[in-house]
Amino acid sequence: MAFERTAAIVLRQYYLLRGSPARVLPLFAWVTIDMVLWGFMSRYLNTFTASRFNFIPALLGAVLLWDFFIRVMQGVTTAFFEDVWSRNFLNFFASPLRVTEYLAGLVISSIGTSIIGLVVMLILSTIIFGLSLFSYGIVLVPFLLVLFLFGIALGIVATSLVLRLGPAAEWFIWPIPALISPFVGVFYPLTTLPAWMQSVARVLPPSYVFENLRAMVSNGKPSAFSLAAALLLAAADILIACWIFVRTYRRAVRTGLIARYSAETLT
Amino acid sequence: MPPPVLSVRELSKNYGSLVAVDGISFEVARQEIVGLLGPNGAGKTTTINMILGVLEPSGGSIRIEEVDLAKRRSQALERTNFAAVYAPLPGNLTVEQNLRLFGLLYRVKKLGERIEQLIHEFGLDALRHAKCGVLSSGEQTRVCLAKAMLNRPRLLLLDEPTASLDPATAQEIRVMIRQFAAAGPTGVLWTSHNMYEVEEVCDRVLFLSHGKILLEGNPKTLPGEHGRETLEDLFIAVAREPLALARA
Repeated sequence: MAFERTAAIVLRQYYLLRGSPARVLPLFAWVTIDMVLWGFMSRYLNTFTASRFNFIPALLGAVLLWDFFIRVMQGVTTAFFEDVWSRNFLNFFASPLRVTEYLAGLVISSIGTSIIGLVVMLILSTIIFGLSLFSYGIVLVPFLLVLFLFGIALGIVATSLVLRLGPAAEWFIWPIPALISPFVGVFYPLTTLPAWMQSVARVLPPSYVFENLRAMVSNGKPSAFSLAAALLLAAADILIACWIFVRTYRRAVRTGLIARYSAETLT
Repeated sequence: MPPPVLSVRELSKNYGSLVAVDGISFEVARQEIVGLLGPNGAGKTTTINMILGVLEPSGGSIRIEEVDLAKRRSQALERTNFAAVYAPLPGNLTVEQNLRLFGLLYRVKKLGERIEQLIHEFGLDALRHAKCGVLSSGEQTRVCLAKAMLNRPRLLLLDEPTASLDPATAQEIRVMIRQFAAAGPTGVLWTSHNMYEVEEVCDRVLFLSHGKILLEGNPKTLPGEHGRETLEDLFIAVAREPLALARA
């Protein structure tokens, strides 16, 4: 791996963000709306319940973590879409750039953009609604790490899908988090789900995060074992995602799709 | 004798039963400009795409300065660069940003100095902060050529590099590329449909038809060797009567 080539991919994203308010605004606009909406919703629900249960960490905390996951995933896909939109594949892949360097550049770009969203969410939720996620201490780290790894993995799979099916497949990508959210139990315990949905949930790392978040809010004890399992699952997902991307890229080189990407398919 | 900058052996590409490139072999030496000519669909761009590593050959080998492209893709492409009318640089980045980005991809030493040098050589001083998407097609071509020179490539692939330039600018670019090839260890593979340009620039031409090399030789003497007055007449004959020429 050459550091300069990965840096080039990151630098491209920086140049684009620096010169374009239309790209900067979405980094925090949607998460701000979500924080405000779910913050007030949680406050309202608190007025109906016994004083023991607090919806702010259970609901607003869950939304914050879920939005972080979405930002990570979209950080990867959006960086990739920049090459789709500017029809830049030929220039990049006819250069010495390796697939691993390209993917590393997408991931680092995503770290930067998702951190902006996370900081905005933490500031808003803490100042306006008194959500103090930091009070949970070090246990937050595996929560964020699992969501980060799974967001990266899903982002890479999504880019593979667009690389395989062509630019028009972009619309498949945006609803992916919404499709997953019912299975991972962002807002409700997994026991609420039918058995088949619980089976799906067991292979999705975020479901362990939200189960543990609820456990922490109600009795203060997350399960180290299930968080470790989630981390392992997410790490495995990253490896699988990279394998899928490399296979898709090699197929695109074999068929000539990289050179004629705007044609979408060569068959 | 130094090894060729490009060595292509028995290169082929099939799409199912369609044979796009049919076992071609050729070399490009240092300081040599080779014209890859042929009618539309002859296999020129397919050949260039395979040399650029964005299309996997069905058979054969490509070596760039003795480096096997199939086995050491990244090292081989570090010695290569290209400009093509169908591959403009990202229009949402400025000229300078694009040169910096691609300079990093090609790991150019003293990148800042090299960018300044190329901006000056290609007359891009006034455009350095302009986004490439707002440039005229001629200006975009100059930026693409500047990018193609960034890493001082040993093998330079130019696919119709002057297609969108006015005659005066095209002439300047041709002179510049000739000087670039003559001054260093670079070899150039050039495609063009402008036979006047090919005759002026190329040391040798390869005529491709239906994926095969039909004719090869000096562009100044080749037409006479095949009973044609000009290179353009020969091109038309290749496009219309390839079999007759192959038999001759």
